[in-house]
Amino acid sequence: MLAFREALIASKRAPLLSALGVLTIAFSLFAFGLFSLVALNIKHSLQQVEERVEIRGFVTDGTPIEPIAAAMKDISAFPEVAKVDFVSQEQALARARKELSEFKDVFEEDVLPGSIEVHLRAGLRNPGTVRDVANRVGRYDFVDDVRYGEEWVDKLYRLRNIATVAGTGLGLAFALVAIIIIGATIRMAVLHRAKEISIMKYVGATDGFIRLPFLIDGLMRGVVGGLLALLLIWFANRTINRYFLQTIFFDRKTIAIGIVSGALIGVIGSMYAVGRHLRRI
Amino acid sequence: MIRLHHVAKEYPRTGVALSHLTFQIKKGEFVFLTGPSGSGKSTLLKLLLMEEKPTEGEVWVSGVSAKKARRRDISHLRRRLGVIFQDFRLLEDRTAEANVRFSLEVTGAPKSAFAQKVNRALTQVGLASKGTSYPRELSGGEQQRVAIARALVNDPFVILADEPTGNLDERATRGVFQLLKDINASGTAVVMATHDLDLVRNSNYRVIELNHGRVVYDSAETPPPGTGMTPPGGLPGSLLFPASDKPAGTN
Ligand SMILES: Nc1ncnc2c1ncn2[C@@H]1O[C@H](COP(=O)(O)OP(=O)(O)OP(=O)(O)O)[C@@H](O)[C@H]1O
Ligand SMILES: [Mg+2]
Repeated sequence: MLAFREALIASKRAPLLSALGVLTIAFSLFAFGLFSLVALNIKHSLQQVEERVEIRGFVTDGTPIEPIAAAMKDISAFPEVAKVDFVSQEQALARARKELSEFKDVFEEDVLPGSIEVHLRAGLRNPGTVRDVANRVGRYDFVDDVRYGEEWVDKLYRLRNIATVAGTGLGLAFALVAIIIIGATIRMAVLHRAKEISIMKYVGATDGFIRLPFLIDGLMRGVVGGLLALLLIWFANRTINRYFLQTIFFDRKTIAIGIVSGALIGVIGSMYAVGRHLRRI
Repeated sequence: MIRLHHVAKEYPRTGVALSHLTFQIKKGEFVFLTGPSGSGKSTLLKLLLMEEKPTEGEVWVSGVSAKKARRRDISHLRRRLGVIFQDFRLLEDRTAEANVRFSLEVTGAPKSAFAQKVNRALTQVGLASKGTSYPRELSGGEQQRVAIARALVNDPFVILADEPTGNLDERATRGVFQLLKDINASGTAVVMATHDLDLVRNSNYRVIELNHGRVVYDSAETPPPGTGMTPPGGLPGSLLFPASDKPAGTN
């Protein structure tokens, strides 16, 4: 309780320093958060594209329905496969007319063959697995041809790997910079109160007693800075959404994790800054 | 109560600050620590506060050994020590009362007794009426009294004072010194580092004089020169009793 009061008194005594500290934390978390949001959206878009990865086996005209149904049953039993559909000639024609409405009249009956469409499970849509499943689908006698967009599956997969590595690396760098900046602001707060700390030591305060107000201070700064950063990101996201492009926002769990991380960074930063100071006196 | 045994203190960059120190300070004793600038007075007080550890030898303060003490033991020891400095070291943004209370707050003592203890300490130093003043509203002498009240409020067994009158004029010096004498008379030991040789000469308290980190004179070991029990001509290295043919006290 006393420590809590001390922390409050401290920020009242140096309002500018506290405000600066909170703003610094808010802005470094904002930069980090904005980056995470971009990364999240890229990941989301890639995932959506990935969901469209499908293997299509074109069926010889006039194949009876029974062998196709048996093959579909076999294929859906593959561990990699999520879903198998049959698209009949009529359905294919209807779909083509709908998707390419400008060329509605070009399509005639019988031009498009019927096909078996295979969707793979998430996480197994890598080029190797796609190729393997496509080969297996192609082994059926009544399958004339198998298509799966060979080049773009490869490209997509590579893009996803690059995005993951770059995203993680940049994210870590941003987080590190945020931690360093936050550590520096807390260090400033500690130095600002160096005299008070040294007097506390002389009159017999334990390290824990000295540390506690700073921990609370760091915690409050972290939480307030985190909330402020969240607000800024939310605003930025709304603006982008309204004027530029459709994006998704963090879900509640991620937001909670973000705030808790802000608090944690505040606490760890304080611990480090005060600990370093205490070791020297 | 305070015991030093073959103590040496060496600083990493400046070298030996104290060496060959062996002496005791008894309960309730008043001891002057004197010597030229750089002779090691402050360093010695830092050893007693356990702010620094001896490089060699051992320091005991009220049963706490400098070698064995953990940080927590040192904190607890300091609650039973009072410390004052030349530059007062008050918190500028707190009243006199709050400065004194500060010393109680860190101990985790029951809050209910705070007001009364603060009041008693301020009364003891003659500042009962100035409790709500800020340091900048007080004279140097008054500020030092607040610092003394802060040192007293935890009922210490010893007051460690590093040149407490160093920043004060003649009159304030006498006042603060008188206060320390009164505190000592009520049973609290006082170890006071000072440059003020007149103050030392004009009182009958024990004197330990340092030079280059060694004890050159300890009135508990040797009676003062000129009393006929030591050879005339003073002591080598001593300012108090210079080794010249002039009689002591004329410099
Ligand atoms: N923290 C420190 N680090 C390194 N050397 C130090 C430190 N404190 C003191 N010294 C050295 O130790 C020696 C004794 O210094 P000390 O401050 O104890 O002297 P003093 O007798 O108190 O002097 P003064 O009368 O000027 O206050 C000096 O040579 C000084 O340079
Ligand atoms: Mg000194």
